[in-house]
Amino acid sequence: MRNPAGKTILYIAVSVGALVMIFPFIWTVVTSISPGASLTTTPELIPDNPSLAPYAELFQRVPFGQVIVNSLVIAVVSTVFQLITSSMAAYVFARMPFRGRGAIFLLYLATMMIPFQVLIVPLFVEMKSLGLINTYAGAILPTIASAFGVFLLRQAIGTVPYELDQAATLDGAGHFRVFFQIVLPLVRPALATLAVFGFLNTWNSFLWPLIILRDPLMQTLPVALASLQGQYSTQWDVLMAGSVISILPMFALYVFAQKYIVQGVAGTGLK
Amino acid sequence: MAIANVRPDLASPDRRSPRGGARPRQNRRRWAYAGTVAIFLLPSLIPLLAFVIGPMISAAWTSLHEWNLIGDMKWVGFDNYAHLLSDPGTQQAFLHTVYYIVGYLPLVYVGGLSLALALNSKLKGRALLRGVYFLPVVTSWVVVALVWRWLLNPSVGVVNYVLGLVGIDGPGWWTDPAWSMPSIILASAWKDLGFVMVILLAGLQTINQDLYEAAEIDGAGWWRRLFSITMPMLSPSTFFVIVLSLINGFQVFDQVYVMTGGGPNNSSQVVVQQVYDLTFRYGQAGMASALSWLLFLVILVVTLVQFYGQKKWVNYA
Repeated sequence: MRNPAGKTILYIAVSVGALVMIFPFIWTVVTSISPGASLTTTPELIPDNPSLAPYAELFQRVPFGQVIVNSLVIAVVSTVFQLITSSMAAYVFARMPFRGRGAIFLLYLATMMIPFQVLIVPLFVEMKSLGLINTYAGAILPTIASAFGVFLLRQAIGTVPYELDQAATLDGAGHFRVFFQIVLPLVRPALATLAVFGFLNTWNSFLWPLIILRDPLMQTLPVALASLQGQYSTQWDVLMAGSVISILPMFALYVFAQKYIVQGVAGTGLK
Repeated sequence: MAIANVRPDLASPDRRSPRGGARPRQNRRRWAYAGTVAIFLLPSLIPLLAFVIGPMISAAWTSLHEWNLIGDMKWVGFDNYAHLLSDPGTQQAFLHTVYYIVGYLPLVYVGGLSLALALNSKLKGRALLRGVYFLPVVTSWVVVALVWRWLLNPSVGVVNYVLGLVGIDGPGWWTDPAWSMPSIILASAWKDLGFVMVILLAGLQTINQDLYEAAEIDGAGWWRRLFSITMPMLSPSTFFVIVLSLINGFQVFDQVYVMTGGGPNNSSQVVVQQVYDLTFRYGQAGMASALSWLLFLVILVVTLVQFYGQKKWVNYA
């Protein structure tokens, strides 16, 4: 776009669009500090008497502290597991040939195409027979292996020069040493990408926690928020306070890892 | 011993000796290698078998039974499938799901493409703008659905307020059966726009700029360059967006559950919402499993058709 008039129009268009994108967030924050906001019919961007009362009410109504802990534990543990299990499998698929490896890799890829919903009933039954309903383990176990993660990291390990492994092997390093000391440090960007996506997905995941965590004390943030809506459907200030709390860590993570997210999407080789 | 890992054929000359000593050592090495592979692979393979592939097979078995999750399973053969295929509620749910996809995909693709094109040109502050458009992607669906449910509230919502300012009497959105699906589509497009933008941006950045210069010298205008260079070169990204959107679109659930719960009057009942209701509201686990398998088969066929069809229009460099 060479002509300045066109550039100005473009600029205005993307800025208006950005405003539309960010407006609901601003709105969420404003509402969360305007007690009784649900009663107003005229939108006010500057609250009359801002206060943190909705937050206080939120913690009074729901065991919100516990809910945050639940979400954190589940998201952190499953992200850590995903990083470990995915990087190890990825190392095999990139560096340790054996007969039938291609078929096993295809099996991994196939699991990405199975909609999670097909698994709801049998997985629920399986967890029930294992006595894992209403437990962290029940929520975490189905997420500890990620075919997406294996795929992502295999692509990344593929870019590590083979000569580095060989040099280490000549120095007497076995596969474990090569994996931990050569390969892992070199694929750190990909690991960060997987960490961000893993955390994002488990932190925001809704359907499985909704099903497996029936006890209000075990619920995760999205589930608690959704149930809050059913209970107090008109109290938008309290709801928005909960929303702000659930968004904040994601925003922090996003600002911190923005470049990895974009790289990660671009780097899956799906350009 | 370790050196043998590099070139086992050279490092252990004793292997070539016909008998004695060599075979056991070679076997031991092979077993050690297999053991290492197992240690690296099993931590992911076992969970995938236990929590994805196993349940998948078990769902197929359940779908052939009548079962309320608690009592004994009763064999009914393919009755569940037969019932679902002739059940108007199921047909409606599939129709609503297709309605969602047909509304959502063009919106999010054209929007994402326009954004990617705009934010790929040299604009001041484009990193910040890209960041803003990506924000909804990192936000949980529950929050987004809650906020949109409120923005689209017919009486106190901001959208109708703004429409009122310009003299338009806003619709009932998610409280009106005719507007419940459009409300869900709108919120979904808003949330996913940034994701599509990022994928297309990554695609745009791999296009060789010389192509554009050559086209410009030949006198090609902006639209001509868009359709003769950008779109063909971008087709792998477009393909990816469409495949992914269809896979996810058929599985639409979170936003429906929170925004409308399938209502009002079943006007936004989608397939997965029905799977959920069948299982946890009506205790018909066999029927729910059959419906999930039907959905899986539909997704599989749709995805395969796209992979076969891609040769016709997707252009891999």
